[in-house]
Amino acid sequence: MKVAVIQFPGSNCDLDTLHALRDVVRVETDLIWHKNFKDSSYDAAILPGGFSYGDHLRAGIIAAYSPAIASIKNMAKQNKPILGICNGFQILVESSLLPGALLRNSCLKFVCKWTRLRVETERSAFTKLYRKGENVRMPIAHNEGRYFIDEDTLSNLCRNDQIVFRFVGENPNGAIDDVAGICNEERNIVGLMPHPERASEKILGSDDGRKMFESMLNWLS
Amino acid sequence: MAQLTLAEVEVTLTKEEIEYARKRLRREPNVLEWAMVDAEWSEHCSYKSSKPYLKLLPTKGKRIILGPGYDSGVVDIGGGYVVTAHIESHNHPSAIDPYGGAATGIGGVVRDILCMGTRPIAFLDSLRFGLIDKSPHSRWLFKHVVRGIADYGNCIGVPTVAGEVEFDESFEKNCLVDVVALGVGRRDDIVLAKASEPGDSVILVGGSTGRDGIHGVTFASRVLTDRSEDDRSAVQIPDPFTKKLIIEATLEATSTDHVHGLKDLGGGGLTCGLSEMADKGKTGIEMDISKVHLREKGLTPTEVMISESQERMVFIVGKIHEREICDIFEKYEVPYRKIGEVIKEKYVIVKEGERELARLPTEFLANAPIIWRKTKKSRRQMGRRKPKLPDDLTSILMRLLSSPNIASKEWVFRQYDHEVGVRTVVKPGQGDAAVLRLPNGKFVAVKADGNSSRCYVDPYIGSASCVAEACRNVVAVGAEPIATLDHCQFGDPNNPEVFWTFVETIKGIADACKRFSLPCIGGKVSFYNEDTETRTAIKPTAVIVVVGLVDEAKHITRSNFVEDDSVIVVGKTKSDLGGSEYYRLLDAFNGTPPSIDLGLEKRTLDAVLNSIRQGFVNSCHDVSKGGLAVALAEMCIDANVGAAVNLKRVQNMKLRDDELLFSESNSRFILSTKREKETLRFFSKRRIPAACVGDVKGDRLEIAMRKSKVSCRLEDMKEAYYKAIERCVE
Repeated sequence: MKVAVIQFPGSNCDLDTLHALRDVVRVETDLIWHKNFKDSSYDAAILPGGFSYGDHLRAGIIAAYSPAIASIKNMAKQNKPILGICNGFQILVESSLLPGALLRNSCLKFVCKWTRLRVETERSAFTKLYRKGENVRMPIAHNEGRYFIDEDTLSNLCRNDQIVFRFVGENPNGAIDDVAGICNEERNIVGLMPHPERASEKILGSDDGRKMFESMLNWLS
Repeated sequence: MAQLTLAEVEVTLTKEEIEYARKRLRREPNVLEWAMVDAEWSEHCSYKSSKPYLKLLPTKGKRIILGPGYDSGVVDIGGGYVVTAHIESHNHPSAIDPYGGAATGIGGVVRDILCMGTRPIAFLDSLRFGLIDKSPHSRWLFKHVVRGIADYGNCIGVPTVAGEVEFDESFEKNCLVDVVALGVGRRDDIVLAKASEPGDSVILVGGSTGRDGIHGVTFASRVLTDRSEDDRSAVQIPDPFTKKLIIEATLEATSTDHVHGLKDLGGGGLTCGLSEMADKGKTGIEMDISKVHLREKGLTPTEVMISESQERMVFIVGKIHEREICDIFEKYEVPYRKIGEVIKEKYVIVKEGERELARLPTEFLANAPIIWRKTKKSRRQMGRRKPKLPDDLTSILMRLLSSPNIASKEWVFRQYDHEVGVRTVVKPGQGDAAVLRLPNGKFVAVKADGNSSRCYVDPYIGSASCVAEACRNVVAVGAEPIATLDHCQFGDPNNPEVFWTFVETIKGIADACKRFSLPCIGGKVSFYNEDTETRTAIKPTAVIVVVGLVDEAKHITRSNFVEDDSVIVVGKTKSDLGGSEYYRLLDAFNGTPPSIDLGLEKRTLDAVLNSIRQGFVNSCHDVSKGGLAVALAEMCIDANVGAAVNLKRVQNMKLRDDELLFSESNSRFILSTKREKETLRFFSKRRIPAACVGDVKGDRLEIAMRKSKVSCRLEDMKEAYYKAIERCVE
């Protein structure tokens, strides 16, 4: 079993995600420069957080045109798990692998803080090992994390059980319906704004996020 | 190039310097040469006024691999790893363009870490502004400086983990923006800013060279005027995305053995970068100006040589490995050009194609003649009468908690990504210093401290106290102080009274460092922080950064009280209200600052660190701005629990109640413990005053004293403490 962490110019949570996978969850993982990514060698792929292409034009949009995205689409068709964290989520949305858009935070500022989330479904490649309704803690750090989608599609997402995480208590970015993370209809692609790799070890404040990576392994086994 | 006379060239050199240059060269330098000398000999680059005094600072220690004089200090932390640290300021640029000035300040200091071949892992920011509750201009500076730091640091993926902010009317026009960077790397991978091998290639990497930042260093080496806003072109343009690529490309390149030298281009641009590398390597460099990749056409050779365009590095690479290194730059799509080579002849030679434009001896260019400046003891108004004891000390405490100097800086650090890198263990607002984990299993603690009010009333005591306070903060999280950086900021050094405060400041820092066995690994001096409009210089400000090391995770201590603990006050409280926040609140500013007994301070630091290592201590906080009352309140607020204490049990009974509460005496801590008796015995054995004053409990902070009583609801304190800054700026 082998996981790819894809490195775009400007990715900055790539090494953190690599650390969580290699050293914490202990799964064979490669850090791959986006131009060199070949999907056939991997069982799962993670698009890490950061500022791909400096967020120029719009967060995630330039990376969405990287050749790596074609490979990601191939993997998606084969039902392999794909996770987008923060900027990775923005890239998945910009490449239409997930529905909706991520807008500027409603407070118009970058926000870095720990948030409480509710796991809304265990039926996804990255939440299999959680209990539905469970509360978890993970930090956010973003400027454009306000999830937005039209009402009809939102009710579709809800009906299909595609909302994966919701903010509990405080909604830090103004996301519609408190959405913090979603998945596709096939449930193998997940995108979320909070950072599970920053919440994978107790010494950093919480290891609630680690189960997302362990769920991925469980889904693959 | 048309021959201009010296009178037609804009130089800031003094008459003596011009004479010295002519005498050394035995000819009249041309315009380009004058411009190069002017940039390199600016106060900013040459330290020509401060150098002789900086020699007073101790710089040696068993862990110190490199001290001052390099781009950053290098400290051995064991297991083959090193920590690097550096401090920079961007005061002048931030005063006229707060967003760009602050962002490029971060951009500059990160290159200093990078060019040692180490990965930047953390930033701290130490900021000073005018009174944001009164001045719209200061609010504008404050908001945009914070956003500039946030946008740049967040984008390049380096967390901003700690800092401090001070508000004082003397910073109304001249805000101070100091940024600190820490790096970590393998000892074997350290690269020096040196060009020692003739024949090596000189490769310019990164952003293109444009007209931004022209005369940046000479702009920073004079006072601000009402025309300074016209100098916005002297402020560089930030490009964090390019910087992020340069970081990754540089670290990949330095992990090979083929990079022989590396330097960032900051103040003074190519002129300073090349001459300093050649000087350190005892060589020369010949470069071709037509090879430099330009942002726009028509730059004159002078502009190319002194432009401070951002995101540029110079690599010195062995010729046979040039291709291999350049392939790395191509992978990251970072522009690069070979612009010259290292030569045996000790000259910096600038050519355009075959035509020689400048030829200056390396040693001459890189070493400005020292200026011995006059000093004159500055007189402050002292000894105003003590203010009357206020009736309602509870409301004074509440006002202190919501004064911008004491209130939580949450509004600032929420905008900084302080988690990226998955190293931040003690996060902003959780302890007295930030704590980050290191690859060798240890932890680094770091904190920056400054206190301009104290330095103003007595620069020697004030600056020594800043060293002590930064040490206390690092000790409070359970770390042993191992190295320090200093940043000293003043007005115009031509004024003997200003220069006297500089000399006193350095003496204070040096004496404290020597007493604490704390080597200084780098620093910075910034003069000319005054303006012609208000005709005032800033209060003299020393910012001290202390780096500490924690050996084991279990020693890491935070500042939040633990319920049902006993509260212990360590150290002696005296009548020390000169330069205090309490006097500022009552508008009774003057007085003598808290004295400092460096020997007692050292023994207290050692004892508190030992008590933490022995496992007695559940929480620990140093006592500084706002005194015991504010320190107790902060420990309650952080923990969301109250406390009931009686300060009659703190020794000195001659004190007035307001002195007891708000005095800012040095050498004090508050700890909480479940092992009260053992802890008290521990300190008494070491002849350090310590007293148990009460317990952590309830939902109020109640402080009993001889005559009066303070009682605050936890919820009210939280509201005052957390919301104050937001209320000022939003």
